[in-house]
Amino acid sequence: MTGAQRVLVLGATSGIAQAVARVYAAAGARLALVARSREHLSAVAADLAVRGAEVVLQRAVNLCEIERHRALIAEAERALGGFDVVLVAHGVLPDQKACEQDARRAVASWDVNFASAATLMEAAAERMAVAEDGVLGVLSSVAGERGRADNYVYGAAKAALTTYASGLGHRLRGSGITVVVIKPGPVDTPMIAGRKLSPRLVADVDVVGRRIHRALERGERVVYVPGKWRWIMAVIRALPVRIFERLRLGS
Amino acid sequence: MSPERGTVVRQPAVERSEEVDGPESWGRYPRVAQEALPLAWADDPLPSGVPVLAYGMGRSYGDSCLNAEGPVLLTRGLRRFISFDADTGVLRAEAGTSLGEVTELVLGRGWMPPVLPGTQFVTLGGAVANDIHGKNHHRSGAFGRHVRALGLRRSDGSLSTLHPGDPLFAATVAGLGLTGLITWVEIQLERVPSGWVEAQGIRFASLEEVEALDDASRDTHGHTVAWIDGLARGKSLGRGVYFRGNPAEGPATPPRRPIPRRVPFEAPEFLLSPFLLRTFNALYDHLPRWRSRTSVWKFFHPLDALGEWNRLYGRRGFFQHQSVVPDMEGVRALLALTSTRGQAAFLSVLKRFGPLTSPGMLSFPRPGWTLAIDVPNRGEETLAYLEEMDAVVRTYGGAMYPAKDARMSAETFRLGYPRLDEFATFIDPAFRSRLWSRVMG
Repeated sequence: MTGAQRVLVLGATSGIAQAVARVYAAAGARLALVARSREHLSAVAADLAVRGAEVVLQRAVNLCEIERHRALIAEAERALGGFDVVLVAHGVLPDQKACEQDARRAVASWDVNFASAATLMEAAAERMAVAEDGVLGVLSSVAGERGRADNYVYGAAKAALTTYASGLGHRLRGSGITVVVIKPGPVDTPMIAGRKLSPRLVADVDVVGRRIHRALERGERVVYVPGKWRWIMAVIRALPVRIFERLRLGS
Repeated sequence: MSPERGTVVRQPAVERSEEVDGPESWGRYPRVAQEALPLAWADDPLPSGVPVLAYGMGRSYGDSCLNAEGPVLLTRGLRRFISFDADTGVLRAEAGTSLGEVTELVLGRGWMPPVLPGTQFVTLGGAVANDIHGKNHHRSGAFGRHVRALGLRRSDGSLSTLHPGDPLFAATVAGLGLTGLITWVEIQLERVPSGWVEAQGIRFASLEEVEALDDASRDTHGHTVAWIDGLARGKSLGRGVYFRGNPAEGPATPPRRPIPRRVPFEAPEFLLSPFLLRTFNALYDHLPRWRSRTSVWKFFHPLDALGEWNRLYGRRGFFQHQSVVPDMEGVRALLALTSTRGQAAFLSVLKRFGPLTSPGMLSFPRPGWTLAIDVPNRGEETLAYLEEMDAVVRTYGGAMYPAKDARMSAETFRLGYPRLDEFATFIDPAFRSRLWSRVMG
């Protein structure tokens, strides 16, 4: 089949998801878009349509309502006529301090960043397994590689998500479905607004979008974006605790 | 000393330190400590109780894009297209969309932005707020003439759609971002046969020659501009290269948008002059006249090839003195003063504006010659020289371009902009720029 790519983007209003979708749109893809806010979603859909996409579905849904996942995936599959790519991209950056003091806030952020993302992947994989084809991408984070004082509530969820996706990819080995785990470093999106990060560490969202698009198209299993984070994180993971805890990293 | 998020830095004074946090202007002078709040959606809440200012790509040279009394709102998150009709060439996009992004989208479908400045890294909002001009001013006028409508969000909570003819439209075009937050812009694009331009460069030896060249070219060429050798003195004063071009037929596949290289360091100033001077001289000495088919990217945005070339001026930054004067006598006087002061950089840009009226109350383009001179910041002597230049502009009945300014006096501003008081009544009280506080405050 050489027709337009059929792509489902979950969390389509996130800064990184928009950048990836822009690349697909420019290539004339068919897109199904899901996000929480109806207004923001329609702004994104209009943009992607102008850029050349055929937007076949827009759904404003709270993805934490996990009982709706199956119906949502089925609806998107019908609208697209099957999946070439499913990208799970929704997430929040919770206030670390507030989460330390309020367990409910921490758990709520895990619902978004881990639980709902994992169950969505499972629901998508179920449909893709029938077609025995497709790429299932998930946005994790380098923050999941090692817990740090200033964002371990977020990092823990992303660590769990990375582990889950790696296990799912293992289970689906030979099924025709490729699971792509995407680990961006800090990217210039609203999510990191207000955090004091060296500009050198913050990647341009369009560069990140193009890199992720390439990883999805090639079916790369684990991708650090930008690529330098593979080596930075290898060093950070390897550091002895005593040295690691003395470092002031990033924010 | 980085401020925490949520606290607002009030720091009207200009910091001399290089460690100041916050977005910079293109000239990297002045440096102002300011918080930067990125906007992701046009309906994001705005901070209350402090004056704000939209900041797009920071290509304004002085302090018209800076805010010393509150945060700047980063508008690059607002860069979604809203609609595009490939038959009529009407495009609507969020205000943080860059002209380069617009060109990239529409070029392959036979359209181009109606006015392009020297860089593609200008947002639609910035193009409106400064009523920018391009090499085709003599034919197409300023950018604002091609704006069909725009969305404006005011601090009183109102959201309005403005059209040409509305008083608030005339205040917002060239309104320096002070009338509220421009959320989207709708423009009429211009038809082009391809992404290519038939370009010519012609050497000239004097201002008389360039004026004659321009007389001969303005009816035959859609795009014209001159580069003047800023270091020439005496008999060679006013020599340079005249560029002119017309849209040309070319391959259906448009030329690719170039991705700029970054200048990875802040160069000591001495590196700069010899480098560009040599380039210019090579052009001047060996190519008295050339003609070639050039991509729109190279023809309209030659300096973008250098990426962050402003960093080549080092940490102290630089000024650009851009004025418009009614006739060539003013240009001659400005260049004569420049050559005796030894302040200017090697290259100046000269362009004749045509008679088409600019729609903004504070629009800079008006009939006459506009001269832009880059000036490295060497402190007090530079400021004194620039004030002398302003005096020449005032004498000849000209005006300064606020988008390039970091130091003009209130008198200079007033003389160049007779509708200033009328404009001031349209300012949104919650919006302020350092330029406005400095000059009018």
